[in-house]
Amino acid sequence: MKEQLQKIAGEAELACKNASTQEELENIRVRYLGKKGALTQVLRGMGKLSAEERPVIGKFANEVKEMLEQKIETRVRELKSLAKEMQIKKETIDVTLPGVRFIAGRKHPLTQVLDEIKHIFVTMGYSVAEGPEIELDYYNFEALNIPKNHPARDMQDSFYISDEVLLRTHTSPVQIRVYEAMAPKLPVKIIAPGKVFRRDDDATHSPMFHQVEGFLIDEHVTFGDLKGTLLTFVRKMFGADREIRLRPSYFPFTEPSAEVDISCIMCNGSGCRVCSNTGWLEILGSGMVHPRVLEMTGYDPEQVSGFAFGMGVERIAMLKYGIDDLRHLFDNDVRFLSQF
Amino acid sequence: MRVSYNWLKKYVDLKVSPMELADKLTMAGLEVASVEYLAEGIDKVVVGKILKVEPHPNADKLVVCSVDVGTPGEPLQIVTGATNVAAGQLVPVAVVGATLPGDFKIRKANFRGLPSYGMLCSADELKINPALVSLEDREGIMSLGPDAQIGMPVTTYLGLDDYVIEIELTPNRADCLSMINVAREVAAITGSRLNLPSLDLDRMQGELPCSVEIEADDLCSRYIALMIEDIQLGPSPRWMQQCLLAAGMRPINNVVDVTNFVMLETGQPLHAFDYDTLHGRKIIVRRAKPNENMMSLDGVLRRLDPEMLVIADEDRAVGIAGVMGGLETEVTDATKTVLLESAHFDNMSIRKTARKLGLRSEASSRFEKGVNREGALFAALRAVQLMEEMGAGKGKMGIIDVYPHPWESYEITLRTKRTNQILGTDFTTQEIKNFISQLDFTVLQEEGDSIRYLIPSYRQDITREIDLIEEVARLYGYNKIPVTMPKSEMTPEQKTPLQSLHDTVVDTAAALGLTEIVSYSFINPQSFDKLNLPQEHPWRQVVQIANPLTEEQSVMRTSLLPGLLGAAERNFSRRQTALSLFEVGRVFLPSVSGPLPQERLQLGILISGQFKPGWSWPVQELDFYHLKGMLEYLIEQVLGTKLSFKPITGKPFLHPGRGAEVLYRDQVIGEMGELHPDVQENYGFSQRVYIGYLDLERIAALDKKEIRFTPIPRFPSVDRHMAVLLPEEVSSDRIGQVIREIGGSLVASYELFDVYRGPQVPAGWKSLAYGITYQDAERTLTDEEVNQLHDKIKEAIKEQLGADFR
Ligand SMILES: [Zn+2]
Repeated sequence: MKEQLQKIAGEAELACKNASTQEELENIRVRYLGKKGALTQVLRGMGKLSAEERPVIGKFANEVKEMLEQKIETRVRELKSLAKEMQIKKETIDVTLPGVRFIAGRKHPLTQVLDEIKHIFVTMGYSVAEGPEIELDYYNFEALNIPKNHPARDMQDSFYISDEVLLRTHTSPVQIRVYEAMAPKLPVKIIAPGKVFRRDDDATHSPMFHQVEGFLIDEHVTFGDLKGTLLTFVRKMFGADREIRLRPSYFPFTEPSAEVDISCIMCNGSGCRVCSNTGWLEILGSGMVHPRVLEMTGYDPEQVSGFAFGMGVERIAMLKYGIDDLRHLFDNDVRFLSQF
Repeated sequence: MRVSYNWLKKYVDLKVSPMELADKLTMAGLEVASVEYLAEGIDKVVVGKILKVEPHPNADKLVVCSVDVGTPGEPLQIVTGATNVAAGQLVPVAVVGATLPGDFKIRKANFRGLPSYGMLCSADELKINPALVSLEDREGIMSLGPDAQIGMPVTTYLGLDDYVIEIELTPNRADCLSMINVAREVAAITGSRLNLPSLDLDRMQGELPCSVEIEADDLCSRYIALMIEDIQLGPSPRWMQQCLLAAGMRPINNVVDVTNFVMLETGQPLHAFDYDTLHGRKIIVRRAKPNENMMSLDGVLRRLDPEMLVIADEDRAVGIAGVMGGLETEVTDATKTVLLESAHFDNMSIRKTARKLGLRSEASSRFEKGVNREGALFAALRAVQLMEEMGAGKGKMGIIDVYPHPWESYEITLRTKRTNQILGTDFTTQEIKNFISQLDFTVLQEEGDSIRYLIPSYRQDITREIDLIEEVARLYGYNKIPVTMPKSEMTPEQKTPLQSLHDTVVDTAAALGLTEIVSYSFINPQSFDKLNLPQEHPWRQVVQIANPLTEEQSVMRTSLLPGLLGAAERNFSRRQTALSLFEVGRVFLPSVSGPLPQERLQLGILISGQFKPGWSWPVQELDFYHLKGMLEYLIEQVLGTKLSFKPITGKPFLHPGRGAEVLYRDQVIGEMGELHPDVQENYGFSQRVYIGYLDLERIAALDKKEIRFTPIPRFPSVDRHMAVLLPEEVSSDRIGQVIREIGGSLVASYELFDVYRGPQVPAGWKSLAYGITYQDAERTLTDEEVNQLHDKIKEAIKEQLGADFR
């Protein structure tokens, strides 16, 4: 009987080794270890054995059974990992082929620059205000200390709707609207972005463009504070090593007034084509809010002072992205827009 | 203002180079646009005298000149093709080794067998401003005056060894349209000594044989008349011509040149009349009469009107005040006596007149910007002094000075504390006094930290204390003022609902694959015709620009569509056919109340063409449902709720079968659909275009759905499908309504997952496949319950919608 068992074990072991699918192994298990399997059949004849032989053979039979089960199990695992290996090999793809394309949406470069400017000032505690694009002459000029017949009106050739209504030529009227609404509350810290319009259309002028006005009024605001605020903005916007330079200028609604230049972002001040070899780029106009403007809007200039500044968004976008022609910004060619 | 460095040196001891001066001017607020060296690129060009001109033996078009350039030995032989050369002429000669502008080197040359040792130059070859020389001097060889010395550098003779600093003046500094006032400024910022011309004023005695009457004294605050006799008309001296040329004015004759020179020097425009041509020995300053005409100096008959101020004699207008003189009283060779006008006119009146006549001159632009009437007498006397000095005439004793509105001087007090408060500095009163003293203002009184100044009439831009504070800052240097940060308390940012909405919409639209465009707020009114809008359509109620640049930009947009369609048009024409565009911007609707129109923020979307995901995925044609999905997603982001869509047929620019109103609850917040085939044709589009727009103003006013947590269901849900056969004319949203109505709270959700039309579906019908998810929050639903409810819903759909089931 022992020999019988040994023979079965040998056969089964060989079959196991030769099996190449899990199915075959299952068949082997049934054939040898199943209810009607060869091993079971042999064990059924155990009754005929003597009492001495029975435990010996029984033990041996169990060993054979365990051994076979283990062999089958090992072979199953082997085959499984082989199959997985095969599958992986078969499924390997070319990862360099392009991925599924989604439509690439973009914000307009002007929006992106505006967002950045807004963000910088918002983190400095400014709130955003807006005003109408079609504005009263009063807000656009009169209240900004630009009465009728003032030569400064020549600097800003306007689109008129009627004698008293025009397309705003700058974002400065928002100053007046905010002061009027706020007076006498302090502080007033506002950033006012928006579209503005001037009767000019050539390679360097667009009849519509964007400005950001910023202003702060409070007790004890100084020209030095204006410089500090602009320097902070410029360094956040154009890089930590930028310098600014203020030049006296004239705006009817600020006094003292200053044009603000930044050290050229292309050449770092050594002079290049972009900065016309001056090393400086003019980027904004600014000044201390004119006492007349404060008086007209309900603040006492002896108690309150403030600064205001305004910048052209197109100019900043062109500098930032190296755009060489203003007209790209309003042409809406998708090959242009998709670059930002 | 063109400021000649050499000229400026007459009035101020300059210790800085032209470049340094330009930098200082810019940093003091007189922005220098350019510095031009007039002799740039010219080297070894000298005055030569043509001794002989002979024909070239081998060439018809060439001549051979013998030229004396002052060097010892034989005269130079120079071959030229110019036709205006003659023996005896003085001309610019570029000798061998010379350089002309453009880095043009002169070498010995050979012309048809004859050597040529240099080149005779035209004004163009010397790069002289073409406006300032005659055509003959430009096209042929330039001829020099008899005072040119043989051999001297031509740059010296022509005054080209000079720098012209071009200053862009801000409107408040019209005073610097005067060389003297520029010199004052330069003296202040460089600390140099001023050296102004002095005059003898004893001409005040005596009486002139004429009279001046100002009728319109609202437009003329001062009129000074002087007379110069024994006029000897001729060229003005070389130095004066050089000054005028550098300033960009062309020398004419000694009388005219003096009036121009003094205008440039003092800022006061002058005019010279031929005294003998004035009728009645009388000057009357009055408004023009209706239908009055006058021939102006340029030979044009000008039609005048009563809004214009004229200078008249007893019978007629002889000059348009401050703008241009008349031809009939012009100074000519025959003039014996000149009547010189130095007057002050109202700037608005001059501006209007100059605009109306399309005549802008150095004089009119000065009057427009503001002339100092206190300087009128100085200018008049200075002119007489110069004419006498150069022998142009002899001043007659006596002055007429009619001055109905004299300048009223004023004082301003400057406080040290206030100055420091504004600037953030800590100047002492003495320091501040030192700064202002550079401007040479008279101190009237000093009291504690306050100084009272008399403001000179030539600085009319200084009207209050803050202006003096600016002068302090300017003279100290803006860049030396310490940098500080405001001490104001931080205020949290406050966004309005519209601002938040605007930001979210732009971000979401871009995330959806839409590209933002920015188009002009003004549009072409003809775009409404392209949209097939009937005449009474509300979009045609536009806000009109009174003075547009072009018809294409003449009305304010009432819709974002023209801008989007225009962008599509341009992109299609450049073969960019896959478009997903959006714009957020304002439209302008007629005013409801008050003078200003309504401005409403809108979102517009345009999609068209194909969406190609790549090499192994099917190409998608962008269509109505892409657009609809985008709007749904956008609004879900913003309002947290679903939209509904209702078919609309009456929109002239929308496909009648493919247009929808966009509704939130029962409010219309926008419209969308396929562009009407007719409109597509109007635009010449060869592909379908889908457009939509939402009124963000209206959406911002709506309540955003508050987010409330709903418990995650504890009991399982059950899914059932149904395929509904529905007549084409019944819209699918009706099925949803029935599902909700019948299913009530047991329907957790439903979804349309297929639409089929084909052989198995009868014509005029569509097959819609729905999946419904049933769920009860409190317990597990039995199959039987679900089946019953599902059947009930099917029954209701059948009954209410005339549907069938497969
Ligand atoms: Zn540079």
